[in-house]
Amino acid sequence: MKRGCLVAEKIVEVHDLVRTYGRRRALDGVSLTIERGAVLGLVGQNGAGKTTLIKHLLGLLRAEKGSVRVFGLDPVADPPGVLSKIGYLSEEGDLPLWMRVDELVRYSAAFYPGWDQQYADKLQKEFGLSSDSRLGTLSKGQRARAGLLVALAFRPELLLLDEPSSGLDPIVRRDILGAIIRTIADEGRTVLFSSHLLSEVEQVSDRVVMVQAGRVVLDDDLAHIKETHHRVDMVFGEPRTDAPAIDGAIAWEGGGKSWSALWLGETVQLEAAIAAMGGRIVHTSGVSLDDIFVAHASEGAR
Amino acid sequence: MRIIVSPKDGVPIYLQIVQQVRRLVASGELASGDELPSIRVLADSLVVNPNTVARAYRELEMAGIVSTSRGLGTYVNEASQSTAHAERRAVIIDRVDSLILESLQLGIPFGELVELVRERHASFETGDEAGVSCG
Repeated sequence: MKRGCLVAEKIVEVHDLVRTYGRRRALDGVSLTIERGAVLGLVGQNGAGKTTLIKHLLGLLRAEKGSVRVFGLDPVADPPGVLSKIGYLSEEGDLPLWMRVDELVRYSAAFYPGWDQQYADKLQKEFGLSSDSRLGTLSKGQRARAGLLVALAFRPELLLLDEPSSGLDPIVRRDILGAIIRTIADEGRTVLFSSHLLSEVEQVSDRVVMVQAGRVVLDDDLAHIKETHHRVDMVFGEPRTDAPAIDGAIAWEGGGKSWSALWLGETVQLEAAIAAMGGRIVHTSGVSLDDIFVAHASEGAR
Repeated sequence: MRIIVSPKDGVPIYLQIVQQVRRLVASGELASGDELPSIRVLADSLVVNPNTVARAYRELEMAGIVSTSRGLGTYVNEASQSTAHAERRAVIIDRVDSLILESLQLGIPFGELVELVRERHASFETGDEAGVSCG
């Protein structure tokens, strides 16, 4: 596997990006960098700003405020310079439905200078796509595979996947995840993919960025996120009507004497705070990204 | 090499791989000189990020359990007898640590815990414990 050069090259640099739709701020000062070779999972609720952000990277939207650089270039000013290096797959697929699979392949091959026909043939076979099928008649899963073929076969430096597996069955989803993995394993390429399926994000990302109402609320190494978030169960001597107010606790559940906190940081600090309130910790465990996401989302909504 | 990762687990995936390889070495399923699958192959079969597998292998190397020679692959280290024994101890130390921690959290004094361990061990010896497998 390629590990890149010592000073990691920045493939994507977004700085203080703002986008408004009417009075609503779809992106509210988003900053983000992606280094070569990274797999970044972009998560957030529907309407959080994920697709709007991706559209800026593709040059489909102009930055209202702030800046967007992809491969060091402005995607709006230099679409060919940027788009020729990005493999893109969206939830809708955006494929010309009247084309046959072989027509789509020929059309795409003409479009991208780096098209790898051998790789395209291999993927077509692997995905079980017959040349004479019309895209409009394919199942949703097969159409997603056709879109994936086009996004991968020119061996793009950056793979952008916007909710690629939304509404697809587990087998197609596995194909998509497998493709992400092979993309980086084979070539040390960079991947950004958005998903609301957090278990997928956990499986393949090395970094997670969480957006909430147009803002980045979490941006960290995935393993570090999991190592620093804990679920802590505790009991108090006396029943409580409200959750304890302790800095570092992202979410609380429970009632009476038993409470459970989602805690960010070392539990030692929590232990002292709980003891001071007449309670003690009875159990500490790890937390799934799902729970962390829900906690941060509700914290952001407060 | 049979490894299962669960993304929903609270434990980071690289650590799940590290722990399972350690266990395989401890149990002797992986013996010294055995080759681990390449990073690409394991990443592909587990459907996880190759960087994650690479990180797990780095940790295993730092712990002295495997050695990687560039271009040749990753192998379980020699001195297997002591390594396997040390690994068995490491696995048990993990469990003992969480037992001690949980007892403290439940307010059971250490002396009582030790007594409990003796009692339970005695019940194994006399065969009182149901469901104990032999051999």
